[in-house]
This record gives sequence, structure tokens and C-alpha cells, in this order.
Amino acid sequence: MGFPHPPHPKETVLLSKHFGDAGARTYAGWVERGGYEGLKKALGMTPDAIIEEVKASGLRGRGGAGFPTGLKWSFMPKGDGKPHYLCCNADESEPGTFKDREIMRWTPHALIEGCAVACHAIGAERCYIYIRGEFTEPLRVMEQAVAEAYANGALGSNIFGSGKRIEVTLFRGAGAYICGEETALMNSLEGKRGNPRIKPPFPAAAGVFAMPTTINNVETLAAVPPILVRGAAWYKGLCLGNPKSTGTKLFSVCGHVMRPGNYEVTMGFPMKDLIYDLAGGMRPGRTLKAVIPGGSSVPIMNRAEAEAALCDYEGIVEQGSMLGSAGFIVMDDSADIVYEVYRLAKFYAHESCAQCTQCREGTAWTTKILERLLAGQGKAEDFDLLLELSEQMTGKTICVLSDSCAAPIVSGLKKFRSEFDAYLTRAKAPALTTV
Amino acid sequence: MSVLHEEAHQPIFVGKAKERLEALYPSFPTRQACLLPALWIVQQERGWISPAAMAETAAVLGVTPAYVRGVVTFYTMYHTHPVGRHFIQVCTTSPCHLCGSDDVVKALLKETGCGELGATSPDGRFTVTEVECLGACGFATPIMIGDDFIESVTPERVSGILAGYP
Repeated sequence: MGFPHPPHPKETVLLSKHFGDAGARTYAGWVERGGYEGLKKALGMTPDAIIEEVKASGLRGRGGAGFPTGLKWSFMPKGDGKPHYLCCNADESEPGTFKDREIMRWTPHALIEGCAVACHAIGAERCYIYIRGEFTEPLRVMEQAVAEAYANGALGSNIFGSGKRIEVTLFRGAGAYICGEETALMNSLEGKRGNPRIKPPFPAAAGVFAMPTTINNVETLAAVPPILVRGAAWYKGLCLGNPKSTGTKLFSVCGHVMRPGNYEVTMGFPMKDLIYDLAGGMRPGRTLKAVIPGGSSVPIMNRAEAEAALCDYEGIVEQGSMLGSAGFIVMDDSADIVYEVYRLAKFYAHESCAQCTQCREGTAWTTKILERLLAGQGKAEDFDLLLELSEQMTGKTICVLSDSCAAPIVSGLKKFRSEFDAYLTRAKAPALTTV
Repeated sequence: MSVLHEEAHQPIFVGKAKERLEALYPSFPTRQACLLPALWIVQQERGWISPAAMAETAAVLGVTPAYVRGVVTFYTMYHTHPVGRHFIQVCTTSPCHLCGSDDVVKALLKETGCGELGATSPDGRFTVTEVECLGACGFATPIMIGDDFIESVTPERVSGILAGYP
């Protein structure tokens, strides 16, 4: 549902059904609402059968990359005798995205259940849930839920009498956007600086503690138990015509809308309806200018693109951007695109781990150039310089942080050039006073 | 890091704090993996992480003090110097900026007496800093005071909120 707002009739509530319902947080409350049936069913299945079911459902990673979940699980080696690990990425830090926070705050057992099923499927006895350090309330709720899950036999050395051991350990991050990158998260978990690692080796070969590891996003794991209970065909059937993007998805909508919140709709839902109907549209007298749909790390969409887009992995690509983590940053005609692009560049410059030259220097330089432009001191050659830097920042580094910084810059310049020109010609008063 | 005239270092990992740390060991295959949790314990016990505390943590976990410093300084939430009694972080990343976080910053700096970002108020009560995306963009503007997460803060709400943090 559109938490914190009442459910909208156009929503399909699966993960968000109990948002706002404190009764769902307890073990007993979760069981009353049908919880842990998916785990019980999974314990009666072979790991291969679970993986096949998840593959057939079409579930894809909800953290941003959209990789097929069942396929990812199938990469884990079998009979290798090594400890396997599951990492749950709860380091939600992508600007515009605030869905995993609500899953953990309101339905912690949905996540624990999904983690236990995934552990069984990949042959792991331990799952680490890496929660960003600022999420103090979700952490408290999760701590209580994990303790309750142990007390009720849903976690521990013999879960539900099956003889299987599955342990869940909560791990608190300490403030670093980059730790949401999967290999940076693993380094952080090992007690290191959160620097992303060069791949290969991929996590399924050598992940955390150099052992075979699967890493999944919170929303992905929470979607698994209902798939086992109700079947892959049911989940796949929830999509609106595109079999490559299935099931429901939580869309975080924020910025200049009347009702910001998390809206759960089936994949393929029109963005126009999501923004104008579910999220309440623009403030009185305002019109839509732009949407950054994937969290902030994707190209900016202009109004025409946003109004034409269908919300799934392919639909948003068709309209010039990417689904990413599905956090929609909505801007109306009062927004200053140049300033917002600058603010994002500043974000990436702050969050760069500084391993790769293109990222360390590129994020800092683009920030400075945009700052200069906003201070009314831009030069005609700055736009070409920004584009050239962005080119150097794309596809050339260990992780995609610098690509993410370049995406809004390149698309901003391409789609909203007149706003940049206005600062260059000083047709618009400087937005920053000092450089 | 500035030169600090520390008082003699009182060991942190004794008694309850030691028990808390040691209870984590079975959950990880290496001691080094307990570094971030150990640093959280240090900060909860002392309010910040001093060079001497880094050295003690290093000795307890079997790594070098320089290594610990490298890790501490990577993460924004660990304090490497003392901060005000109430540490305030205000989100100013794009989604919050669109919804008016600049005005919340101004109100916080004025009402706390901090004057500028990163500064501590003369009475030692508050430190105010900017933070990058707190992950609550639908509840703009979120702020954190210590471990308390407060949603939908507006300039008008600031003085009432601060009154709860004497």
C-alpha cells in the first residue's frame, strides 16, 4: 500500500499489505497473517526444486541490477564442502529509495523467512543482514524479530524440526553509500574499508570470507516465500504483458508529489498513473518537469518520457532511463535541474571510495565545474568538458558509482540544455554565491 | 586528526563491553569481522573513537592501530573527535533538497546556536552536520539526533523537537 497513505485500489499489495500494522511485527502476528508457510514448504523441497520454482516465477533482483534471482542462486557450487553464505543487502542508501526500510520496519519476519528459504536453496547455514548504520529503527525491529524467530524454532540449529541449521546475524553498517555495492558490502562485513572488489571472482565463487556467497536485496528475499506458497505461475501472471518483468514491485515516490510514499503495483504499471493518480500528482498550479526513476543513478527522464513509460525493467529503458531500485525522484516546474544535477554530483563525490582515478577525480571535477556554473562563472567549454569527463567516468571503473554520477549529468545536459545555458549566459541569477 | 590531549586511556573492553564483543565471535569466521561492531561499542561507551581507543581495539582484534584508523575514517558515522551531547544529522540530498531541506538546516543552525555545519554549540549541547541520503525520502526532511530518527521535519517543528534534547 502507499504507506503512509491508505491503500489505493490500483495497487496490488503483496509485500506492503501489512505496512503500518504493528501486529505483523511479532512472530505470532506474522504466523496469524499466513507467515512462515513458505519456509515450511521450502523445507520439504530440495534446493534444486526451490531454485527451479524461483526461476520459473521470473523474479529479478530488486536492488537495482534486475538479475534473475533463481539463476543467481543456481551459480552456487554444489558438494564443494565449503561453508556457503547468504548476504542480505539492507544498506538502502540510493537517493529516492525507501522501500527496504518499510519492509524491515513493518514486516521483519517476511525478510527473515525469505532469508531462511534462500539459505536452504543455496546450501548456506549463515545469513548476514547488512543494515545501514542510520536505520536505527529498522535495526531494533529486526533484532527483536530475529530473537523471536530463534525462540520459535524458525531459526537455529534445527529449524522447525527439519534438522537444518540456519543462523541469521544482523550487521550494522557505519555510514557509506558504497557499501550497498555487493563486493564493498562484503569487504565491510569482513572488517575492512568498503572498497568494491574487481570481478571476477564473482561472489558465487569467492564472496564474503572468500567463500561461495549469494547476495540479494531485502525486497527480493521478501518476495520469495509468497512465490513458494502460491506458485511461480501465479507470480508470473501478475505482470501486465511483459514476461521479462514479473510480479509486484514497490515504487518509492518522492520529491514534488502530493502524496510521497511506497506504492506496490504489478510490473508494467503506467508511470503516468503512478505519479498523477497514486502519488496524488503535482502541487496545485505546478506541472511535471522531470523524473529520475531508478534512485538517482540513472538518466533523468523528461515529462514526455515519464508520461509514456511503463514501470518495468524494459519499459523504462525504452523511455531513455533504467528502473534501478525504483525510487522515483519527481520534479515539478519549480525545480532547478542544474542545481539538482550538481547536488547529485556532490553526493557521488562525497561517496566515492576513491580507489579508481576516473571516479575519485571525475566526481570531484564535475562537482566543481557545476558549482562554478551555478555561481555564474561558467565557461562555454564547460559543457564539452563535462561530457568528456562523463565519458571517462562510464564503464571504466571497478564499480558503477562514477557511471551513476555521469548519468544525470549527461542526460541533464541533453534534455535540459536551456537551463544550463541560462546560467552560462547569466540569464538566470547565480544559485550559489561562492565557489 | 588534531592533536588531542587525552586523559589516560581507560580500557573499554572490560566487563559488559568485553562480554558484548566476545558474544559476537561465534557469528564470524574471523576476529577482524568484528571490527565494525567493536567500533560501535567504543562509540556507545565513550561518545567518540580516540586514537587510544583505536589502539586498544586493534590489540583486542589482532590487527594494527593504523589498520583500524583506516577503517574508522572510511565510515561517516564514527566520530574521530568529541562531538556535542546531541549529534544532529540532517539530510540535504536531492529528494530532501526539493522538499525544502535548506530551510531545515537554517532553522537547526539558528536554534541550536551551532552557527555553521560541523560546529558544536558553545554550550556543548549540539553538533549539526549535513548527511547524504538518509533513505527516508518520502518523509522529507528526515533528521537524526543521536540514534533517534525523526521524519518530516519542517523549520516550524525544529524548536519543539530540540526541546526534547536537554
